Amino acid sequence: MILRLDHEVITEAIPVVGYLHRGLEKLAEARTYTQVIPYTDRMDYLAAMLNNLGYVQAVEKLAGIEVPERAEYIRVICAELSRIASHLLFVATFAMDVGAVTGFMYPFRDRERVLDLFEMVSGSRMTVSYMRIGGVAEDLPEEFLPTLKKFLDDLPACIDEYNGLITGNEIFQARTKNVGRLDPQVAINYGISGPVLRASGVYYDLRKLRPYGIYDRFDFEVPLGKNGDCFDRFVVRIKEIEQSARIIRQAMEQLPEGPIMGKVPKVLRPPKGAEVYHEIEGAKGILGFYLVSDGSNRPYRMHVRAPSFINLGLINEMVRGWKVADVIAILGSIDICLGEVDR
Amino acid sequence: MADSQLVEQIKEKCRDVEVDAEQRLVVGPDKLLGLMKELRDTFGFDFLSNVTAADYPDYFEVIYHPCRIRDAAMVTVKTRVDKKRPRVPSVCGLWGAANWQEREVYDLFGIVFEGHPDLRRIFLEDDFPGHPLRKSFPLAEQREYLGG
Repeated sequence: MILRLDHEVITEAIPVVGYLHRGLEKLAEARTYTQVIPYTDRMDYLAAMLNNLGYVQAVEKLAGIEVPERAEYIRVICAELSRIASHLLFVATFAMDVGAVTGFMYPFRDRERVLDLFEMVSGSRMTVSYMRIGGVAEDLPEEFLPTLKKFLDDLPACIDEYNGLITGNEIFQARTKNVGRLDPQVAINYGISGPVLRASGVYYDLRKLRPYGIYDRFDFEVPLGKNGDCFDRFVVRIKEIEQSARIIRQAMEQLPEGPIMGKVPKVLRPPKGAEVYHEIEGAKGILGFYLVSDGSNRPYRMHVRAPSFINLGLINEMVRGWKVADVIAILGSIDICLGEVDR
Repeated sequence: MADSQLVEQIKEKCRDVEVDAEQRLVVGPDKLLGLMKELRDTFGFDFLSNVTAADYPDYFEVIYHPCRIRDAAMVTVKTRVDKKRPRVPSVCGLWGAANWQEREVYDLFGIVFEGHPDLRRIFLEDDFPGHPLRKSFPLAEQREYLGG
């Protein structure tokens, strides 16, 4: 990011993006619908399950495919685990960005347990490609649910640790409170979504307002901030980890037996001219998939509405007038994933 | 699919708009700003969620998905653009969210957004030849396949 300064104060911030642009949208046009799934992992690679979910649900809408109950519940468990993993990484890297390097270690230790769970279920820690059009790739192995339960039982103690070490820390609060305040009307106008928007007090969570899959069956809260500063953006994500754990527990209780894959034709050809735009609440914000079918087994057009890309668009407005050290706090608090920004 | 009652109300207010079979609003580029302003000011669509484009054989299409924060309502707005002279008015004046998204469409499709405050490429280098998401721009693997 290029910063123009007047002594120590920022007058303009110009992000230069595109260093991770791999042309995924173009590549998707030369792959079958199922072959696109690994590409989706590599966008927001910190929360791969959520990317998978958004994409396969969009294709299912496009082609009119139903997903069995057990698969829906497994999807929710994996999606919320992914959100926890992404937010844990945020807590770690944000603490490190403002200088608390040890604060990096604790959430990462706990994130390892989530990555172990992903490896158990999909064979891969980060780029999972676990979801399929119509369900999930494989059923949960035996050890998964007990290991998950242990993780969820230990999680409140971990969050207490973060709150004790980081959230309650005087220096951390001085670096983040009232820094980078984002006005809610500006945020809405600039298309900001996810925890950044909610930290400014705007109640907009697609899991509640436009529920997809089976999210309307779960009881959970949507944490909101008051000031829209870096501190609120941090606290909102910590609270979201707690809420995601709540959803996972309910999903584990309600998890039925049954098939994990729906009825999908051997060669998937959605109707010609069919078009869909499906949004989900990703870890970084609203993740949307726009798909157009030309009747063949490959998408005619795939576009990904990447929350990190759009959230980053406001950075100039947000850092103008602050000092260089604050820029780091503000940029960190937006929580972007470059893979998603560039696609 | 957008709520059909809402789409009815929009069609009532904005006569230049056509509604297709899937409740999407189709409008010409010259009438686009008028419709968008109505959507934002009269119907309360304060959140422009998505701006993208697609390359069809005879035309480009620019697609917008404005949303409403209070109830998460969403409509689809489409406009067709001439391939030989692809120009569309920018909606940056209405929603700041359009800024980077229109730059992305410009970078990858070559569609010019008139009135955009800072229209320059965003992912690719400034002197990159061509616009990759156009169907006329082949993927490397396609080039080999064609014997090129």
